[in-house]
Amino acid sequence: MLGYVLRRLLGAIPTLFLIITLSFFLMRVAPGGPFDRERALEAKVLENLNRVFHLDRPLWEQYLYYLGNLAQGDLGPSFIYRDFSVQQLLGSGLPVSIQLGATALLLALLLGALLGTIAALRQNSWIDYGVTAVATFGITVPNFVVAPLLSLVFGVWLSLLPAGGWGNGGPANMLLPVITLALPQVAVIARLIRGSMIEALRSDHVRTARAYGLPARMVVIVHAMRAACLPVVSYLGPAAAALLTGSVVVETIFGLPGIGRYFVQGALNRDYTLVMGTVIIIAVFVVVFNLIVDLLYAALDPRVRYD
Amino acid sequence: MTDVATNTPELAAGVPAKGRSLWATALGRLRRNKAAMASLFILVLYVLAGIFGPMISPHHYATVYPEYVRVPASLEAYPREDEVVPQAESVLARTRLDINAIEVEGTTLRVEASSEREIDTRVTRYLDRSNIFSNARITEKSADGRSVVMEADVERLRFIFGTDGNGRDLLARILISIRISLMIGALATGVALVIGVAWGAAAGFLGGRVDNVMMRVVDILYALPFTFFAILLVVFFGRNVVLMFIAVGAVEWLDMARIVRGQTISLSRREFVQAAEALGVSPGGILRRHIIPNTLGPVIIYMTLLIPKVILLESFLSFLGLGVQEPLTSLGVLISEGARNMRSAPYMLLYPSIALTGLLFTLNFLGDGLRDALDPKDR
Repeated sequence: MLGYVLRRLLGAIPTLFLIITLSFFLMRVAPGGPFDRERALEAKVLENLNRVFHLDRPLWEQYLYYLGNLAQGDLGPSFIYRDFSVQQLLGSGLPVSIQLGATALLLALLLGALLGTIAALRQNSWIDYGVTAVATFGITVPNFVVAPLLSLVFGVWLSLLPAGGWGNGGPANMLLPVITLALPQVAVIARLIRGSMIEALRSDHVRTARAYGLPARMVVIVHAMRAACLPVVSYLGPAAAALLTGSVVVETIFGLPGIGRYFVQGALNRDYTLVMGTVIIIAVFVVVFNLIVDLLYAALDPRVRYD
Repeated sequence: MTDVATNTPELAAGVPAKGRSLWATALGRLRRNKAAMASLFILVLYVLAGIFGPMISPHHYATVYPEYVRVPASLEAYPREDEVVPQAESVLARTRLDINAIEVEGTTLRVEASSEREIDTRVTRYLDRSNIFSNARITEKSADGRSVVMEADVERLRFIFGTDGNGRDLLARILISIRISLMIGALATGVALVIGVAWGAAAGFLGGRVDNVMMRVVDILYALPFTFFAILLVVFFGRNVVLMFIAVGAVEWLDMARIVRGQTISLSRREFVQAAEALGVSPGGILRRHIIPNTLGPVIIYMTLLIPKVILLESFLSFLGLGVQEPLTSLGVLISEGARNMRSAPYMLLYPSIALTGLLFTLNFLGDGLRDALDPKDR
């Protein structure tokens, strides 16, 4: 088991290396530079800036320099957020994004599993149709529509909750962003659980459990759920990685200090180091969550073994 | 089960029974699906609105009406009834005539004026100078020329959906963005279709090492963070929407290639393909005539689900300010403008949101309906 985890983590290194290399060069091929302004900087100033940030060197030298720093855990200074290193920016933003994403994920799991199970147990009833309709709605309506509408209704018209802002992570500030993030996930999870739960309820091991006379609730929660949540687990890998690394839309609309914005702003301003930093974070999350998914799979499905 | 007709009179009469093709069956099943048919109807309305809406809309999407910035949505025409007369009064004050009466009848303004001296007929120009009056003329003139009756057309504009922060008609802008969204959806999906089907069919049909290499390429492209890629494309192509969406289509073909490859592998072992091989049909011919037509079912399903995905992506990029550029607009741009102005002008957020959500809904429902109709499993 431990050997398997180690092997997987080692195997992720070439993948990460490939992603870093590809992103580095793609980013540099793009026209424009971090110090392009409406009014061009003075030649001497530009030259000095380029020297300070090592942009005057040949590209391969910069690449090796970046890799060298990276190996020592240094992501470099940010080009647009003066006086901040990329570590500082990500270090202050990541906890916010993770807090929001994890809350949304938890909410989505609980609510999605609950709705999906109820729909499966009452298949083809009005509850089932209701859940399906809500799920379609949740998947279809984009988050950049949901977020401003929630903010408008609850923040401006009803004045129940703050329309935006982080406020050190107060529950009132977190509620609307979390709902926005969780809504599409609830929808997907409910749909997946409904489908697999219907199948699981008809399977032999559930029939056996029923035949033993186990209470109905126990049969559903323990025996059917274990099989039914397998598709959700494999869906959750990439979904969790995306949720925890922040959403640019939610952060922009609610004015939250997460890391989702850094990526877009960095790419638009050619803040090379900041973009690289966010790409690395996202890639690491994807790798780690894919591993967690595989381990969970083994724990849930006795037919899967990693030795 | 009702789809399969057995013991039909034709069979009894010895007439060869007409086989029902996959497509005929699918069409019949789709017709019975009310949600899908309603979606299809609404989608046709959207397409008509996208094609003809901007042509028949009374306002051009880029025309700015500086007097009517951010007027709320209403059925009433601007300027309002009670605003016309004061406007006329202020304009006519400069003519230094004695204004005896100002009346508004429908779209015509009627002014009776008199003066102690003879009135110059060029006096109508004062009215023409104002933005809301046009075509001013003198209809009656007394014999001594000291009193006249002037008429002018009042230009009355309706902004059913209100106007935006620059005084542009929101309805016209929504119509043009529906056109843009549909165009982009069709364009990018078309590109994804061509590349995906060609790549997947080739990989599946050639098999072996070629297949391995081709699918490895797909896997590697899969691993790239997509938003990053889209932003880079914007950076490369500048803000050229058409080029960008050809590029987006060129990214979205990965799933299509996988689906087609899987289908191709299972199809290439079927008897009719072997028969074609035995008859000496060239590999390209088999691929074109026998394999690709048979993969169309899943491809169409995937395509109808890809269109809303692409439209959503375009709106998302536009929302971030990376999509189409002013004065052209898109639903994403309108929504982001609406979100910025939602306190003072909530209608600017509501209408584009409804338009986009409705479009995505119909496409998704239609896709689901098609999947149910074309899925050979639950015949």
